[in-house]
Amino acid sequence: MLQQTEGSHAVAEAVALCRPEVICAYPITPQTHIVEGLGELVKGGQLENCEYINVESEFAALSVAIGSSAAGARSYTATASQGILYMAEAVYNASGLGLPIVMTVGNRAIGAPINIWNDQTDSMSMRDAGWIQLYCESNQQAVDVHIQAFKIAEAISLPVMVCMDGFILTHCYDRIDVPEQAQVDQFLPPFEPRQALDPADPVSIGAMVGPEAFTEVRYLAHHKQMEALELIPKVAEEFKEIFGRDSGGLIGEYRTEDAETIVVTLGSVIGTMQEVIDEMRDAGEKIGAVTLRSFRPFPSAALRAAVGHAKRVIIFEKCLAVGIGGIVSNNVRMALSENDLATYSVIGGLGGRPVTRDSLRRLFKAGVADELDPTHFLDLQHDVVNRQIERSSTGHRPGPDAENILRDIGIVAAAKI
Amino acid sequence: MFQIRIHGRGGQGVVSGAEMLSVAAFLEDRHAQAFPSFGSERMGAPVVAFCRIDDKEIRLREPILEPDALIVQDPTLFQAIDVFAGLRDDGYLLINTGRTIEELGIGDAVDHLQADRVCTVPATELALKYVKRPVPNAALLGAFAAISGRITLDAVKKAITEKFPGKVGEGNIAAASAAYEAVKAN
Repeated sequence: MLQQTEGSHAVAEAVALCRPEVICAYPITPQTHIVEGLGELVKGGQLENCEYINVESEFAALSVAIGSSAAGARSYTATASQGILYMAEAVYNASGLGLPIVMTVGNRAIGAPINIWNDQTDSMSMRDAGWIQLYCESNQQAVDVHIQAFKIAEAISLPVMVCMDGFILTHCYDRIDVPEQAQVDQFLPPFEPRQALDPADPVSIGAMVGPEAFTEVRYLAHHKQMEALELIPKVAEEFKEIFGRDSGGLIGEYRTEDAETIVVTLGSVIGTMQEVIDEMRDAGEKIGAVTLRSFRPFPSAALRAAVGHAKRVIIFEKCLAVGIGGIVSNNVRMALSENDLATYSVIGGLGGRPVTRDSLRRLFKAGVADELDPTHFLDLQHDVVNRQIERSSTGHRPGPDAENILRDIGIVAAAKI
Repeated sequence: MFQIRIHGRGGQGVVSGAEMLSVAAFLEDRHAQAFPSFGSERMGAPVVAFCRIDDKEIRLREPILEPDALIVQDPTLFQAIDVFAGLRDDGYLLINTGRTIEELGIGDAVDHLQADRVCTVPATELALKYVKRPVPNAALLGAFAAISGRITLDAVKKAITEKFPGKVGEGNIAAASAAYEAVKAN
């Protein structure tokens, strides 16, 4: 049913429609409204046969999900930012044990300096933890992809992280089609665990594996993710048949057909980009975009097919691997290493800095003219940075960067637009 | 697309106001998007929320930099931040105050706007009268319906009921209706 509602609220409803049996959560901004919403649905009786467990930390949240999933219960949790760091050990365990947990990440920056706003550094820090990672472009996709995530996770016995931009999606009121229970039941069968802890039929899960077989077990983890490259589009196709919407899959394409310049990105920033791409198309520029809807497994072949004819690719990401540059860019360049095209890496939108049409217009124009550096920081205030570099190199005990820069720019920017 | 920016302070229902406005537009079969400025909100701190209304799907995710309408829930903000930033010459300005534009000392800032698109309404007084709490957001939505004609009072009332069912909603509807009438009478 069409609703005008908050992204978090719609996701809570979508998760509830998937009939989870255990939800364990520890609230952290900007994920809080999702788990609060699910708490209300359990307490209010709309979500039946579900145990809602308040835990004392993110480490406990995912550890409880590991236990309940191993016992054969459909299990869900959600986190963000420092929370995903705190559960890091359990993140690796969940995938290593092959447990089909679904976890939402309300994407948010990681401190220090402390920052509650959106970027994608948090989920990207766990990109190699063995989970499937799906990124949502809109709140409609967030709803649809959560429903698909349970099906993907359980079909292949791997955990799935559904990543949605914090605040920009989680706190945004949109027109959202929230599916009916009967449709979701038709799409998503009850959970048949590949393995289950059962006192009546004891098994052990979580063996110690030495050098004689560790490589083989790890290889199989990689093999499973490669299989997911076929499963994810298949599930998206099944979803379309029942719900009539194109959501999920490996990549999204926007006006790529004859594009000479293709922007590669992921998450909600594609909406603003589409507006700019339309303007530039109207002016005769052959430009389009590809969104990576699945980041793990990485859709190398699909990406190559989508950008194969382009002259250049501009990779835009809201994360940074300090010491080398773009994380997504690194992956895209690996996938396109045999393609004959220029690649530009752009880091932007860090810590909630708005990505505006103005900035994107300038960026894309520079890209089209091949005037970008290999790694470019969008809207970086070079004067501010240079003054701090100067202070650091000349002063005695120049003090911390964050505090100095705030003093330099003369504001605490929280309430400014 | 019609873009509205709401300024206020934490505790005045700025974010709820934008959300209710988006619901009202949705109820009239429009596309709408509402989102807050994502600050670490606390009581009294300046807060900004945004609402876009259009006839087609809204893809844009940037903050509203050039609003078609500005709703100012707290006139003390004029001294704190540049509330008017980006307001279009043909834009609407709605201020929650019992004072006049001249008394507020913002005459120069609003000179370029069309006179019939600038309006003050004592929304907090109306809220205190009908809701018994100083929450001016619903009343201002009623006033916005009156001055802009972009949304009907009926849709505003329904959106208020959706957000605040029961007695609280009834009080807010009364405040919104009174504000609507007050603006129409001007």
